[in-house]
Amino acid sequence: MMKNNETLILAVIVFFSLVTYFLVEPFAHKVLHKHVDSKDFVYDGTDDIAQVQNTITKLESDKTDQEKIQKDEEKETLRQKNILESIVSAKSKLEMKKTFFADLKRISSLKGNATKGKDLYVSCTGCHYDGAEAMGGVFPPTLKNAGLIYDKNYLIGIIKDPAIISNVDHKFDEMVLHPMDSVKYMVSTDEDIANVVAYILETAPKAESLTPKIAYENACGRCHALKYENWTQLGTKPIFKHKKDELAYDIKVLEYEDAIKVYMGKLPPDLSMYTRSRSQDFLRTFIENPQNHLAGTAMPRTGVTADTAEKVLEHLKDAGDTKRHEREEIAIYVMIYIVIFAIFAFLWKKQVWRDLH
Amino acid sequence: MANFKKATSIKDWLNQRLAIEKVEKVMGSEYWIPKNINFLWAMGMVLVITFAMLLVSGIFLLMYYQPNVDLAFDSVNYTIMREVDFGWLWRHVHGVAASVVFLIIYIHMFTGIYYGSYKKGREMIWISGMLLFVAFSAEAFSGYMLPWGQMSYWAGMVITNLFAGGSLHADGFVEWIRGDYVPAQAFLGRFFMLHVLLIPLAITGLIGLHFAALRIPHVNNQDGEEIDFDAESKKYLAGDKAGSKVMRFANDFMSKDMMVVGVYLVFFFYLVFFNYSFAMDPVNFDPADGLKTPAHIYPEWYFLWSYEILRPFSVDLGLILFAFAQVIFVLLPFLDRSPNAIAANRRGPMFMIWFWLMLSNMIVLTAMGKLPPEGIYSSIGFVSAIVFVAQWLALPFITSFEKKV
Ligand code: HEC
Ligand code: HEC
Ligand code: HEM
Repeated sequence: MMKNNETLILAVIVFFSLVTYFLVEPFAHKVLHKHVDSKDFVYDGTDDIAQVQNTITKLESDKTDQEKIQKDEEKETLRQKNILESIVSAKSKLEMKKTFFADLKRISSLKGNATKGKDLYVSCTGCHYDGAEAMGGVFPPTLKNAGLIYDKNYLIGIIKDPAIISNVDHKFDEMVLHPMDSVKYMVSTDEDIANVVAYILETAPKAESLTPKIAYENACGRCHALKYENWTQLGTKPIFKHKKDELAYDIKVLEYEDAIKVYMGKLPPDLSMYTRSRSQDFLRTFIENPQNHLAGTAMPRTGVTADTAEKVLEHLKDAGDTKRHEREEIAIYVMIYIVIFAIFAFLWKKQVWRDLH
Repeated sequence: MANFKKATSIKDWLNQRLAIEKVEKVMGSEYWIPKNINFLWAMGMVLVITFAMLLVSGIFLLMYYQPNVDLAFDSVNYTIMREVDFGWLWRHVHGVAASVVFLIIYIHMFTGIYYGSYKKGREMIWISGMLLFVAFSAEAFSGYMLPWGQMSYWAGMVITNLFAGGSLHADGFVEWIRGDYVPAQAFLGRFFMLHVLLIPLAITGLIGLHFAALRIPHVNNQDGEEIDFDAESKKYLAGDKAGSKVMRFANDFMSKDMMVVGVYLVFFFYLVFFNYSFAMDPVNFDPADGLKTPAHIYPEWYFLWSYEILRPFSVDLGLILFAFAQVIFVLLPFLDRSPNAIAANRRGPMFMIWFWLMLSNMIVLTAMGKLPPEGIYSSIGFVSAIVFVAQWLALPFITSFEKKV
């Protein structure tokens, strides 16, 4: 009779199962999804400059790419001309970004005066206030928590040039301006910028007051609905007594969404289930710089700090993985129960089989 | 007319009417199992338990699921996951069980292949088993449509498109299956019906057939020994439990079944609580959108190997080979011409190599089926698919040279 090699059999099964699991899960994910390194939410322009540099490198290689070269001489001359033009404009963009981020660094090292900043801050609240009118497609978000949720460099950047710091300057030109573009004429000198930012940082509320919900609503809520948390871009949807009022509200939401569509080119998706449809790593690096994952996307970099980003992610979990705490809590009891079952089953088997040998 | 006496106990009362003692003997205490089998023979029971978990968790989900294209996604992801107490637990149990059941089915199948348990009177066990595999595949696919996420929609689109038959352009047939030009309400309604009624009904019936097919030949054993069940069971009943080559199903082998089930459940609930995402594809948590094709469309892991047999070839050839892969396992008992119904490692080097190559190659196909069909991956997939087909074509030849051992 053949020996009973159950340990060997188990080892073979575990081995083949693990190999299969490794190939279709971690390995396939690595191949299918682009890996992006987090910059730890430091907005010093490294990504932005590298991005333009990559564009230039790609254009340079296009010039001599055998596959793209046209046989027709006229077409080829035109192609070369277009490439050269693109390279020139990319190079000037590169210089522009380098200067921009060098300026940021300089302003960031200035010691701002919050008292002086307070007077200038009025120019911000002209647009940013509770119940503000939508502008260019979106509400200017409340700045009550700005000192907490936004990174200092980013705040400097958004006053200096909102399109560049948000890394969506490709969407704007002399004809189409960022809705907050005019701010650079109101607060223009290095000192002024440093002073306003100092004021915002100094008057920031206590860190504890920033709940995941508020972080989300401030940083993402003007663009992204969150249906499962009852959030529309207009705010938390109230409970209506009359159907008529509810419909009126829904129409307002639709109108607002139409306006964002015009501004952004598409409706920002409802984020209710994104905590499960995307990896945490994707969401983190996407928030940091959306261009990393979706080149050319209309979504601006929101410039949140690492802490705020974690809070936003937490809120997305509240929406899409609401019962995670219950799951973690119950897991241990179920596991204990099953292990006890397995032990009893083992003892029963031993008892029954005693007579069989 | 039968003669009923006044019953002396509840058991006696039932016995007169239902012959429960006899049934218990036939199904349990005098259903004889060879002793020389290992834990792989408990996989059938593991499958029964997993099917039971699928059934129970499915019934709970069914109470809140809405088979409507506008409501389905939210009824699953909001109502069941958030509103219903422990709805998330039922859903994760259901999702993980649907995936793990295939792991166990594959282990169970390859056990059958390894020990030659599809021959010498066991052909119907094998065939009913393969019908179960087909039914489970249909059940898994129809269930995957129900959350109406991006993968539901696009996998539904891609798989139903296969029925156009390539150059046959049977688009009318595809529309007939969908009940529409694209997957929509009619499609969801049909797959809902299939998933919760018709296919589970078929599976239950097929499990009955599978068990009935086991009665006469009995289960095989790891030595391929032909046991005289009458003589051996008499020996057992006469008190020589240790000397007999057989044991009772209940409680003897069932106690071992339960031990294996215990270990399995530890693994199973570990997955349910700590590692469930392999069984629930992230892409399917984006709601279905007919205007936005996902970057990568792939089926669940257990279909990947056959998907990869479809992919590397031209449409028509791919479809033919795909169809080949779907049915060829059923024919195994007739393609294997060897006189031996014993473990692969005792059948000589040819079949031994055939077996391990088949297993490894199917894992390679599985891996390539998920990766994008580019560069090295598509070359590997191409070679693997050819190896798969070649192995099946070679099987009748290599096995007919096998000598009786
Ligand atoms: C002309 C009106 C206007 C003025 C003045 C203005 N903002 Fe804004 N601000 C906007 C609008 C509109 C947005 C939303 C832009 C978007 O989402 O694309 C915005 C967005 C922001 C954001 C959020 C950026 C993000 O990505 O989440 C910050 C921070 C901000 N403004 C700060 C300021 C500060 C500080 C000032 C004053 C120095 C200021 N704004 C002045 C209109 C204005
Ligand atoms: C000014 C509007 C705006 C704000 C503010 C905004 N987003 Fe977006 N977001 C968009 C738009 C537009 C898209 C669609 C982008 C596309 O598909 O190109 C988008 C897409 C996304 C996506 C989907 C990416 C994918 O894989 O398709 C995620 C995730 C996301 N945003 C998260 C966030 C988070 C988190 C915040 C807050 C920290 C935020 N967004 C703030 C406009 C915005
Ligand atoms: C959910 C589906 C299935 C269930 C519930 C099931 C159940 C069982 C049970 C309880 C047994 C007896 C114990 C054992 O040997 O493990 C068995 C045996 C067997 N099954 Fe299945 N089975 C299923 C699917 C399959 C499939 C897909 C195949 C492959 C085609 C298959 C092939 C076999 C064979 C060949 C045997 C006999 C083993 C032997 O004689 O040693 N079964 N099955």
